[in-house]
Amino acid sequence: FDALDSFRVSRVVVASRNYADFASEATFDIKKCDLHRLEEGPPVTAVLTREEGLHYYRTMQTIRRMELKSDQLYKQKIIRGFCHLYDGQEACCVGLEAAINPTDHLITAYRAHGYAYTRGTAVREILAELTGRKGGCAKGKGGSMHMYAHNFYGGNGIVGAQVPLGAGIALACKYFGKDEICLTLYGDGAANQGQIFETYNMAALWKLPCIFICENNRYGMGTSVERAAASTDYYKRGDYIPGIRVDGMDILCVREATKFAAEHCRSGKGPMLMELQTYRYHGHSMSDPGISYRTREEIQEVRSKSDPITLLKDRMVNNSLSSVEELKEIDVEVRKEIEEAAQFATTDPEPPLEELGNHIYKNEPPFEVRGPSQWIKYKSVG
Amino acid sequence: MAAAGLGLCRAAVLASGPGPLRAGVWGRLPPLAAGPRRYAAHFTFQPDAEPSAHGQTQKMNLFQSITSALDNTLSRDPTAVIFGEDVAFGGVFRCTVGLRDKYGKDRVFNTPLCEQGIVGFGIGVAVAGATAIAEIQFADYIFPAFDQIVNEAAKYRYRSGDLFNCGSLTIRAPWGCVGHGALYHSQSPEAFFAHCPGIKVVIPRSPLQAKGLLLSCIEDKNPCIFFEPKILYRAAVEQVPVEPYYIPLSQAEVLQEGSDVTLVAWGTQVHVIREVATMAQEKLGVSCEVIDLKTILPWDTEAVCKSVVKTGRLLISHEAPLTGGFASEISSTVQEECFLNLEAPISRVCGYDTPFPHIFEPFYIPDKWKCYDALRKMINY
Repeated sequence: FDALDSFRVSRVVVASRNYADFASEATFDIKKCDLHRLEEGPPVTAVLTREEGLHYYRTMQTIRRMELKSDQLYKQKIIRGFCHLYDGQEACCVGLEAAINPTDHLITAYRAHGYAYTRGTAVREILAELTGRKGGCAKGKGGSMHMYAHNFYGGNGIVGAQVPLGAGIALACKYFGKDEICLTLYGDGAANQGQIFETYNMAALWKLPCIFICENNRYGMGTSVERAAASTDYYKRGDYIPGIRVDGMDILCVREATKFAAEHCRSGKGPMLMELQTYRYHGHSMSDPGISYRTREEIQEVRSKSDPITLLKDRMVNNSLSSVEELKEIDVEVRKEIEEAAQFATTDPEPPLEELGNHIYKNEPPFEVRGPSQWIKYKSVG
Repeated sequence: MAAAGLGLCRAAVLASGPGPLRAGVWGRLPPLAAGPRRYAAHFTFQPDAEPSAHGQTQKMNLFQSITSALDNTLSRDPTAVIFGEDVAFGGVFRCTVGLRDKYGKDRVFNTPLCEQGIVGFGIGVAVAGATAIAEIQFADYIFPAFDQIVNEAAKYRYRSGDLFNCGSLTIRAPWGCVGHGALYHSQSPEAFFAHCPGIKVVIPRSPLQAKGLLLSCIEDKNPCIFFEPKILYRAAVEQVPVEPYYIPLSQAEVLQEGSDVTLVAWGTQVHVIREVATMAQEKLGVSCEVIDLKTILPWDTEAVCKSVVKTGRLLISHEAPLTGGFASEISSTVQEECFLNLEAPISRVCGYDTPFPHIFEPFYIPDKWKCYDALRKMINY
């Protein structure tokens, strides 16, 4: 897998330097999380090893560049339809992934490109799915909002509808007894949907190993949280479910909090709620400039003070975990990777027309899909 | 570039004439001689003539005609309120621009992201006596509210023995394919609601129709769902009267008289079948009667049956999937009423029985070529 290859490359590069240049790990103080119905929360210090740091940096940079590339392709009309970009929130998906196992499950809403990547989809498959080509992870049939991978259940368009699904996955985890958990993500806008509260009740009643994660990026499309929610303490909204509020721009904070929550769930104590306070630089989708409901100064301020990639970079460089040059090399490699993926996504052919009828039902033998004329029918291969 | 190639291929397919779509359609086709046709829409909007009976008119597109209708309502009815997601700043399709500034934030306000809550809340407002105009951001999102509409709104008058009703509720939602909507921004759910006695379902084809029908829905003493074809929001421009006027519900309109075949559709599809009628006249010498159904529930059985008795052939077209689409209801009723008058089986040209696809949209929608093909087969039956 791509990141591992990059390790080998970066190790080779490092071998030509003096090993004494870099420390192997460093300890950082992280922000204390606000707690709801909990006696103690996640630890306030985190250890970051050099390898982990480079991995996180590379992953976050890949996601950032991938989203910016999608922006570019959209403006060139190579990607059409809907495109909800994730830049600014990279620390959330990379931090979550760092704290769980690949055998754990994750489900989120439509701002899913970052999660598709961290859950194992290659960049070229993600970009090909955006451009609607057959090399895409959903064969080009889903588009931006419907990307799936192993143990990653999407990619869901209807706001809030994925949360009951997440509880169901958690039930299956408990039922099969394989010590797996489910991370169920939703946004600050979705937090006002009725089905979320129904899900809280079921998860708490049956002690499901489900971590509810509210990615609070302060705006539900164009509505700020103050104007949409009677209570903006999303981590308390679970009422009887313990909650923590996490700084979502700090990857170490996210990782430690998720480890804490995962431990809680795996030990059979029931669900937990995490609110990740984060920010998105782009608008809600590509048709939203993102500045009519917030000021450019606000976006600039977040970019300069709390950008997740810059925070990690500063930490690593200031604690001798890496150097500016090494990280720059990673940047260059990432850019190249994204360029190649974009090239693939632009040149791959679209799925064949027969795909229109496939995968509606599971059927043997294939049945015929009725349509506008009695003589044009597609065979549905289930 | 792939994008330009896509546009050319589609345009070439549209121009290359009727016939079964071949799998190799993405291959290189000869370029068109006509001017730039980038992502040509599958229909051409045909505006109606300017009405003279309702006073001064103004050039408006569909969303402006909706704004005008809402403006008229808010100024004449002091109990009217408009609410929904993002309506305060004007709505994602600009249907409520300027209304909050003009009438105040008590009358035009945002709701949080909760469709079930919006409709339930709207039913309550209506039962208490105010005029409620709820907006659901896309018809695809109406399903969390389905229970409220079907179980509460539709049955309120019936179950209370006419003691209570939520007749002053109108639900508006953008509807239908838009070219790039994919699964959840292109649906046409009118068939789901057609199965529910107690509500009215109305779909306009143009700004002129939209304003009149919306005002009628708001006036009507029954809960109404008003679907607005989103692809027409900017594309359809007509001269629309500034003053309020009402177009009666449950009355279909015969847009063009004919003697050989009846074509029935609603919303955007009306413009498609109008083109089909012109094509049939030119190429086959067939005279088509074009009917815009307008109200899906309760639908004008009289008008359609009268027309089929005259012509003997019926073609119904809609974007929604074939199985269980509203065309099946029309077809079934017509064959009951006019069995002996039918010269050919009733033809339904609808979407495929698949979810609305992301990139296969031009192949999915029942465009004019598919309708023309079906018409030809009916004529030659």
